[in-house]
Amino acid sequence: MTSRRLVLTRSAAIVGAASTGLLLPEIVRAQAARVRVGLMLPYTGTFAQLGVAIENGFRMAINEQGGKLGGREIEYFKVDDESDPSKGIENANKLVLRDKVDVIVGTVHSGVQMGIQKVARDTGVLSLIPNAGVHAATRSLCAPNVFRTSFSNSQPTRALGKVMVDKGHKKAVWITWKYAAGDEAFEGFKEGYTAAGGSIVKELGLPFPQVEFQALLTEIAALKPDAVACFFAGGGAAKFIRDYAAAGLKDKIPLYGSGFLTEGVLDAAGPAADGIITTMHYSDSLDTPRNKNFRLEYAKAFRSQPDVYAVQGYDSGLLLVKGANAVRGDLANKATLHKSMQGAVIDSPRGKWTMSPSHNPIQDIYVRRVENKENKVIGVAAKALADSGAGCKMA
Amino acid sequence: MDFPQFLIQLLNSVQYGLLLFMLAAGLTLIFGIMGVVNLAHGSFYMLGAYLAWSLSTAFGSLTLAILVGAALAVAFGLALEWLLFRHFYKRSHLDQVLLTFGLIYIFEELRSIIWGDDVHGVTIPALLSASIPLTENLSYPVYRLFMSGVCIALAVGLYLLISKTRLGMKIRAGAFNRDMAESLGVNIKLIHATVFALGVGLATVAGMIASPVASVYPNMGSQVLIMCFVVVVIGGIGSVRGALIAALLVGLVDTFGKVLLPSMAGMLVYMLMAAVLLWKPEGLFKA
Repeated sequence: MTSRRLVLTRSAAIVGAASTGLLLPEIVRAQAARVRVGLMLPYTGTFAQLGVAIENGFRMAINEQGGKLGGREIEYFKVDDESDPSKGIENANKLVLRDKVDVIVGTVHSGVQMGIQKVARDTGVLSLIPNAGVHAATRSLCAPNVFRTSFSNSQPTRALGKVMVDKGHKKAVWITWKYAAGDEAFEGFKEGYTAAGGSIVKELGLPFPQVEFQALLTEIAALKPDAVACFFAGGGAAKFIRDYAAAGLKDKIPLYGSGFLTEGVLDAAGPAADGIITTMHYSDSLDTPRNKNFRLEYAKAFRSQPDVYAVQGYDSGLLLVKGANAVRGDLANKATLHKSMQGAVIDSPRGKWTMSPSHNPIQDIYVRRVENKENKVIGVAAKALADSGAGCKMA
Repeated sequence: MDFPQFLIQLLNSVQYGLLLFMLAAGLTLIFGIMGVVNLAHGSFYMLGAYLAWSLSTAFGSLTLAILVGAALAVAFGLALEWLLFRHFYKRSHLDQVLLTFGLIYIFEELRSIIWGDDVHGVTIPALLSASIPLTENLSYPVYRLFMSGVCIALAVGLYLLISKTRLGMKIRAGAFNRDMAESLGVNIKLIHATVFALGVGLATVAGMIASPVASVYPNMGSQVLIMCFVVVVIGGIGSVRGALIAALLVGLVDTFGKVLLPSMAGMLVYMLMAAVLLWKPEGLFKA
C-alpha cells in the first residue's frame, strides 16, 4: 500500500509545516519562506512553444536578479494548461489552493485566461498575463491584482488604420476568423481606420480555425478594395499568406495585418510574405541596444532565438521584480505591491512602457514590413498607445 | 454576384469538394469494409504533410518525396494493421474509438518529437507553380487544378478497383459477409490488411499533395477530420460513390455559404448533414 503510506507521510509533512508556521510571527515566516511562483502555461499542444518561450523569458528576468525576488528565494510550481478552457479554473485553483502560490504567471489562450481571471478575482492572488489579449481581463472584469504585460487584442490593429490611410488606401476589406480574438482585433481596426478617414467596404470572416480561403479570396478580387487588412495567426496565417499570393492578389491589392500574421510563419510562407505590412508592439529586428543585448543574452542562455512571446514573459518577470523589490519580498503586502506595479516603468526590449489604469501596457506600436523572411521595422505607427479599458472598475 | 463570379465560385466549390473526397475516401473505405471507426485518420493526413515537407527538403523534389512517402505510408499502414487494428475488428465501436483517439495523441506527440512544433511551407514544383489569370486581378493557381486532377484520377481508380477487379470483388464480398467469403477461400486477413494500408495511403497522399497549399503545422489533422466524418456520414457509411457526391455537395454549400450567408457559414454544412439524415438516415448511398 505505497500510495496510502505516501498520503500519510505527505499529510504529516503538511501538518508539520503548518504547525511550525503557526509558531512563528507573521513577518519572520514571510521572510524565511520562499516566494511561491506558479507558472500556468501551455506545455503541450499547438501553443507549447509559446509556453516555453514565456517561461524562458520570465526566468531570464528573475535570474538577472540573482534568481531572487525582493531578496527571497523562489520556488516554482508548473501546471500545463493544455490551452484547454474547460480546465482553466481547475488548473488555476490547483496552483492557488494546493500549491499556495503567491503569484500566477499565465497564460497564452484567452479562454483559459478567463478561468485564471475568475480565480484571481475570487482569491485575490496576484495574476500576471504574459500573452492572452482577451479584452475583458483589463476591461469589464479588470481587477487590482491582475496585470497584463502583453497587449489587448485590439491594440495592434488599432494602430493599423492610420498606416493604411497614410499610404493612400482608403477603401479596405477586413478578413478574419470569426471568434473572440478576431472580433476584438476588428474592433481596433474599425476604430483606427474610420478615425483616420478610411472606410471598410466589407467585413469577411470564416469559422475558426478553418483554412479554406479560396471563396473569400475570389470575393476580395471582385470587390477590388484599395487594400486588405486581416487578423490570422499560426499555421492558418501561413496558409492565408500563400493563398493570397497564389490567387494573384499580392501584387494588385496590398495586404496588411495585425503583427501576429507574420510571427513565426515567415519561413513557411516564403516569398509570398514579402512586402506585407503589419503593426505590433515588438519586432525581432528592432534596432535598439536594449533589444540587441536582450536577444544576445537570451540566445546564450536558451540556445534559441527569442520571439515576441519570450519578450512578454521577460516583461512579466521585470514587472514582478519591481513589485517584489518595493515590498522587500513580502508579497502579502498587497496595497503597496499593486501600487508599485501600477506605477512601474518597464524597460523592455520592445521599448519602455507603463501600465494603464486598467493594467494593460501603454506602449509604442511599430510598423513592420516583411523583407527576406524578417519583420523589418519601418516606423512607429502609434506612440504610447493605450487600451480604452472601457468598463473597468477597480474594486 | 455576376455570372463570371458565380462560375469562379463554382470552380472553388468543386475543387474544395474534390480535396475533401480524397481525404474522406480512405476513411469511408476502412469504415465500410472493416467497420472500424478510425479517428486517427486526420493524423495520417498530418503525417503526409510533414513527410512531404521533410522528404522534399531532403531530396529537393516534391514528386520524389510523394513517391517515397506513399511507399512509407503503405508500409506504416500494414504495420499498424498487423500490430493494432487487426485485433479490433470484432471489438465494439467504443473500443475502436478509444484506440484511435489515443493514437491521435501519440501521433501528435511523435510529430512534436520528430519534427518539432514549427509551421512549415512546401514549395510547389516549378512545373506547376504558374497561375492562370481569370479576371483582371484574380488568377487561379495551376497547382490547385492539378490537385483536382489527381482527385478525379483517384476517384476513377477507386471505382475501377472496387467494381471491376478481382480484388475489388473480394473486398466487396468480405464486407458483405465475412464468414461466407472466408469459407469460399478468400483470405480475408490479407484483404483487410490491404484495404487498411490503402486507406492510410490515401490519407497520407492527400496530406502530401495538399501540403504546398495547406502549409504544414501541428494539429492540422484534427481540423480536417470532422469535415471527413461529415462527408462520410452524408454519403452513406462505406460508400465511395456516396463520399464523392457528398464531398462535392459539402464543397458547394461551404463555398457559397461563406459568400452568401457569412454569418451562418460555420453552421450550414452541419445543417446539410442534419437535413440529409432526416431524409435518408443511412446517408445518400447505402454501401
